[in-house]
Amino acid sequence: MAVVKLVLARLAQGVLLVFAVVVLNFLLIHLAPGDPAQVLAGEFGGTTPQILAQIRATYGLNHPLWVQLLTYIGHVARGNLGQSFYFNQPVLSLILQRLPATLLLVITAQVSAILAGTMLGVIAARRPHGWLSQGITVTALIGYSTPVFWLGIMLLIAFAYLWPIFPIGSMETIGFEGGIFHEALNILHHLVLPAFTLAFVYLAQYSRLSQANMLETLGSDYIRMARAKGLPEWLILYKHALRNALIPVVTIAGLQFSQVLAGAILVETVFDWPGMGQLTYESILRRDYPLLLGILLISAVVVVVVNILTDLSYRLIDPRIGAGSVTGVGYGT
Amino acid sequence: MAELAVGRERKPGSGFSQGLRRFAENRAALAGLIVLLLIALMGFIGPLVYPVNPFAIVATPMAPPGDGAPLGADYLGRDVLAGILAGARVSLFIGISATFCTAIIGTVTGSIAGYYGGKADTILMRITEFFQVLPPLLLSMVLVTLFSPSVLTVILSIGLVNWIGTARIVRAEFLRIKGEGYVLAERAMGAKNGRIIFRVILPSALPSLIVVTTLQIGIAILFAAALSFLGLTDPNVMTWGLMIGQSRPFIWQTWWAVTFPGIAIFMTVLSVSLIGDGLNEALNPRLRPR
Repeated sequence: MAVVKLVLARLAQGVLLVFAVVVLNFLLIHLAPGDPAQVLAGEFGGTTPQILAQIRATYGLNHPLWVQLLTYIGHVARGNLGQSFYFNQPVLSLILQRLPATLLLVITAQVSAILAGTMLGVIAARRPHGWLSQGITVTALIGYSTPVFWLGIMLLIAFAYLWPIFPIGSMETIGFEGGIFHEALNILHHLVLPAFTLAFVYLAQYSRLSQANMLETLGSDYIRMARAKGLPEWLILYKHALRNALIPVVTIAGLQFSQVLAGAILVETVFDWPGMGQLTYESILRRDYPLLLGILLISAVVVVVVNILTDLSYRLIDPRIGAGSVTGVGYGT
Repeated sequence: MAELAVGRERKPGSGFSQGLRRFAENRAALAGLIVLLLIALMGFIGPLVYPVNPFAIVATPMAPPGDGAPLGADYLGRDVLAGILAGARVSLFIGISATFCTAIIGTVTGSIAGYYGGKADTILMRITEFFQVLPPLLLSMVLVTLFSPSVLTVILSIGLVNWIGTARIVRAEFLRIKGEGYVLAERAMGAKNGRIIFRVILPSALPSLIVVTTLQIGIAILFAAALSFLGLTDPNVMTWGLMIGQSRPFIWQTWWAVTFPGIAIFMTVLSVSLIGDGLNEALNPRLRPR
């Protein structure tokens, strides 16, 4: 029951945050230079006076501002995020078509960064001044300072051109035919480079974090207890200590998810990955404001959902956060 | 004797000059400082020494390095080296100006939230949560797109989305410092809140503020590079991100036109990060990572 309570509390908070983003979008439409109707139509040429009049009527732009706000909220609540004039499609369905590809990329990148990063951190923790530990510190610094889009381009040049073991972009080979297994393999092959690009920045960061936490954990009483019981070293490391080292990593990964999503925009652009990020690039290019604002809103929704899932995942990892603690670890300062 | 030496080394008082000495002993930080100075020098003196217009077509299109242009020419025949020199100044200018905005907004909100607590603090917390949900880079893209790209909108948009980190550090420092004896003494003597905030607490919070501000410059430069890579920049101002973005369709033919500007971004951000880490160790010895 406590879990249900937690989810409900997080959900309520999430709904409020998303509502705030809706209001922000409304403010942006009105603060942007020019006529709000023109903003809603996007700067893609060929907006006729009829279209503008239609938009004015739909959004009640002749009414006082607060009525307009309510009208706007009403539209968004019913799933109407406006019309993309460039793609000639409703914004919401356009984004939802692209969302799975983005989620595949972002989740693959994050899960591999978390798992590989924690593993490396755990191994490095056995020798805090060893070469692996120092290598991780240097890699973290490099990852932090590298523009992610440039890293993607460098990897493309290296592994799709000079040594062409990976495809140059997109998500599937055009005209690819085969069974579902081969198709999955084909997508996986296309996924390697973009996912690695997006994971690289976080990989070393997570290993540093788990290494620091691991060092602390290895000195704690329950590990000493496990050692005293004569448990094999690998069991102590990978079952008892690793579980504990994973928690701060998952916390940070959850908090950083919105950054990762923003990184995906750049990575998708570089690798022609047909997700929300590429759609963002196109909407910027075409000045398709309804689409751009819709992406902002849906991104916020995705982050809220991921944050709730992160909160729930603590329960799987950390037995100490049992029933009853509604506060969790994820939010707060 | 040994005790005396230790005693002298830990002499309180001129903490700042001591910090400077510690910074100078940090080789990585010093290297960062030197590289950053070189990049600044490159940006300001480079165009005088190498007076080539970064927008002018001066070489054969796609000429490789050395063939008419030291670092090659892009798909139009524009000199890559000239672009890198011109971009250095813009990068540093945008990075520092945007960080100036974040420092001001972050310091004001962070000190109010930390000092007064209560409602002000709750509001800052809510805004923090809001920014955790909204991808900062995406928001800054939206702002620049809506308000049309220019150097000014790029600076303001980066400043407006990145101040939360600064605010939280300043808030934490205020929470820590406001209970200290000398602050209470000031208050007992009847000092006004404004005086306590600006003359008493803020100077003590300065080391942390300096560190976070330095690291923010790196973030701002990366943000500006990402924005201009997507074309969200003044098309008449050459930037590193713009060079990479424009040459992206031609990476197989002109690897130099994307590689060198990227190295420039990397070196700049890396040196700023090294300086930031060095300042952190020098000014906040207690916070040194284990």
